[in-house]
Amino acid sequence: MKQYETVIGLEVHVELATKTKIFCSCPTEFGGAPNSHTCPVCTGMPGSLPVLNKKVVEYAAAVGLATNCRITQNCKFDRKNYFYPDNPQNYQISQLYYPICRDGGIEITTEDGGTKTIGIHEIHMEEDAGKLVHDEWGESSIVDFNRSGVPLIEIVSEPDMRSADEVIAYLDKLRLIIQYLGASDCKLQEGSMRADVNLSIREAGAAEFGTRTEMKNLNSFKAIARAIEAEKERQIDIIESGGKVIQETRRWDDNKEYSYAMRSKEDAQDYRYFPEPDLVPVVISDEWLEEIRAAQPEFRDEKLKRYKEEFKIPEYDAQIITGDKHLADIFEKASAICNNPKKVSNWLMVETMRLMKENNIEPSGLKFSPENLAKLVNLAEGKVINSQTAKEVFEKMFNDNTDPEKYVEENGLKAVSDDGALREVVQKVIKENPQPVEDYHNGKKKAAGFLVGQIMKEMKGKADPATVNAILKELL
Amino acid sequence: MSLMNLTATGLGEKIKNKEISAPEAVQAALDAIEAKEAEVNSFVTIDREGAVKRANEVQKLIDEGKLAGPVAGVPVAIKDNMCTEGLLTTCSSKILGNYVPSYTAEAVLNLERAGAVIIGKTNMDEFAMGSTTETSAYGVTKNPWNTGHVPGGSSGGSCAAVAACECPYALGSDTGGSIRQPSSFCGVTGIKPTYGTVSRYGLIAYGSSLDQIGPVAKDVTDCATVLEIIASYDKKDSTSVQRDSYDFTSALVDNVKGMKIGIPSDYFGEGLDSEVKEAVLNAAKELEKKGAIIEEFNLSLVDYAIPAYYIIACAEASSNLARFDGVKYGFRTEDYNGLHNMYKKTRSEGFGAEVKRRIMLGSFVLSSGYYDAYYIKALKTKALIKKAFDNAFSKYDVILGPAAPSTAPALGQSLSDPLKMYLGDIYTISANLAGLPGITVPCGMDSKNLPIGLQILGNCFEEKNIIRAAYSFEQTREYKYSPLA
Repeated sequence: MKQYETVIGLEVHVELATKTKIFCSCPTEFGGAPNSHTCPVCTGMPGSLPVLNKKVVEYAAAVGLATNCRITQNCKFDRKNYFYPDNPQNYQISQLYYPICRDGGIEITTEDGGTKTIGIHEIHMEEDAGKLVHDEWGESSIVDFNRSGVPLIEIVSEPDMRSADEVIAYLDKLRLIIQYLGASDCKLQEGSMRADVNLSIREAGAAEFGTRTEMKNLNSFKAIARAIEAEKERQIDIIESGGKVIQETRRWDDNKEYSYAMRSKEDAQDYRYFPEPDLVPVVISDEWLEEIRAAQPEFRDEKLKRYKEEFKIPEYDAQIITGDKHLADIFEKASAICNNPKKVSNWLMVETMRLMKENNIEPSGLKFSPENLAKLVNLAEGKVINSQTAKEVFEKMFNDNTDPEKYVEENGLKAVSDDGALREVVQKVIKENPQPVEDYHNGKKKAAGFLVGQIMKEMKGKADPATVNAILKELL
Repeated sequence: MSLMNLTATGLGEKIKNKEISAPEAVQAALDAIEAKEAEVNSFVTIDREGAVKRANEVQKLIDEGKLAGPVAGVPVAIKDNMCTEGLLTTCSSKILGNYVPSYTAEAVLNLERAGAVIIGKTNMDEFAMGSTTETSAYGVTKNPWNTGHVPGGSSGGSCAAVAACECPYALGSDTGGSIRQPSSFCGVTGIKPTYGTVSRYGLIAYGSSLDQIGPVAKDVTDCATVLEIIASYDKKDSTSVQRDSYDFTSALVDNVKGMKIGIPSDYFGEGLDSEVKEAVLNAAKELEKKGAIIEEFNLSLVDYAIPAYYIIACAEASSNLARFDGVKYGFRTEDYNGLHNMYKKTRSEGFGAEVKRRIMLGSFVLSSGYYDAYYIKALKTKALIKKAFDNAFSKYDVILGPAAPSTAPALGQSLSDPLKMYLGDIYTISANLAGLPGITVPCGMDSKNLPIGLQILGNCFEEKNIIRAAYSFEQTREYKYSPLA
């Protein structure tokens, strides 16, 4: 068999985290009764007109700057005309001729540890459509326009990727950049980030591209990887058996691990794009662009480096913590308060990860505040509570963001470090347990463990085990 | 004489002075409509109950001293392409035959805030596409001067209602001459303001980059007064312009001394009716007598305006009218088989022939492979036309010419030859392509006793120049009432 190379380009749609829709002031909030977040504009009522949400421009330009694009300072919107009931105007306001960002690229780490730049052809702004619900009982479909007009950016890459691993690395990098900007939560499962994969194959070393297909309905990184493998195999089989790949759009079924053709290039619609006459050109002044640039946050790569150098956090831990904006935020805020980054990192890496896994929640679903985590670290490090109590308190805080200080106070969980009280208990335990004491003196050092257990029981777990040990040894 | 024979500001003055009440004024309008509608058919919807109720409310506000504007309590008719909350808005199309908007157009809201009382919605060419008001799905509107003739269009209902004294004034919209041409045919006055002056929010779009709402009335004073009320900067319309001044009435002065008036010789060539030509040139002489400086010049590019206009307007219309699909509101075909068939049948049955023609034309010029050859070329032509006007306005304060090549044609004459009908827009469409303000005032009658209109165009945001010129000319003649007045 010949050697083939896979050529992949991505079209990534990202739902922006604006409070209101792109062309009206309806909330973008997910959920809500059907058609409750709508107005004449986002339901395509006659006579209504779009007004651009400035925040959409800021987010789009911010993503463009972070991905090294040129910003089109005089960009325009165009109408894409097509009929579908989820599209109330029967046209989508998008950008074709003058997209807001062009000619960028981001660097990814390849499997062999090297780096590679994936080009970004353009980023454009557009509106999302509503949602059709097919009534299984009646002979009709119904439409919910709550999502209609939610702002999207579409990030179109160059065909620079050669494997599923590169695609995942590119998507992950993109996701982190956008999350760090706060421009979107980028959840594939929930559809706030959607990727369409354009894939073709060619003989290794060939200069020309092969015919590509576009794969839709990819809802997870795993689905993307599986779809890429399957489509690559499908195209190789066609070519190996003397056939020709047809340019078409295919839909991936992740349960069946199989794709089927949706429409071929021949039935491709003519969208009759033309400049949107209801909107004026978007002029991004030098000053505005500078403001957007100045507001760019510290991105993942820089953070990773800083965590290792400044906080001496191990590479692996730093990777995990910076791998999610929310985790990194908690880490930095808590560290700044308690001034103990190492311990904060430990709590995140061990207990937080364990409970997240047990409860199956994402970092964005974490409930506890960095302030409370810092308090917990202080309590544990100041030996106000012992390590066993700290774990209990942490779990409580993890579940409902309980204030650790209050909780410890109210439940009387403070470790007893008062020597006098502890000494009394130790003396009492020695007196009441002559046999183990004798065993201890006879060289059975294990007997001390039993005595410590008894003391801790008397202290209701509030004593620091190290202190208990020291006092016990002394009195014995 | 009916109260409806008064001007809007004249009636407003009497209401303010408590000589007449708002309910009386509304009753006079409803009586006039009752008496004349069978002959004119200016209205698609008459809101008798709503108008009476509103008139009482307005009268109360006037009595309480909360409303004192020039048209408080005066009845008004609104072209049926402007949304009115709770009141049927059809665009004279079957496809919107049952459409009741959930909100009111900004321009209409501005009028309501000033105490206007809406008596109904006026007939028009379907979706404002046409020059005769014959393409309406709700019957033809007749010209009050001669009911065998068309009132012009597309704001034919608004202009006929004013000419027939069914109401003192009305709102129209102008995409290629739809206020100025029917004003000319009906012997009334109408202004198309600078693009961006009156909010388009709630105006059901035909050609978005060309549409403007404007007033139709008996005289220049009414038009300037109403324009001052409806014009506003509206954040809901991105093409709305924040103007330095919204004062138009201070230009109501009889003085054109030293005003430079350009007469484009290309507007007086072949195709112009000789009686129209004579009346318009006579009007220019009147202004010259008052001290204006009249000069002929060559505007150029006039022949390119019509093709450029029809390409741009139809391209935008093909997209603007896509939302009328039977899914969300309006008419839906009775029997259909699946989504695609529902779309097709709804639109085939819901739209009239002229609308379909323009949707097809617009879809064609935007199709891949034709876009550059037609649409882009039309946009370039539009830019050149704007430049030609910039040039002209560097020399002249206003440009004077006819509003239409002829007086009102007989019913049924125009639709048989749409190309000829399109050519009738030659003097009005350039103003829309260049965004300019224009006014039509009556300037004479032809031998068939049909009115002739004079059109005065100004530079963008220079409405005051055209208002001053039109007002000065208006002082040289009496307002002529139509036989149906």
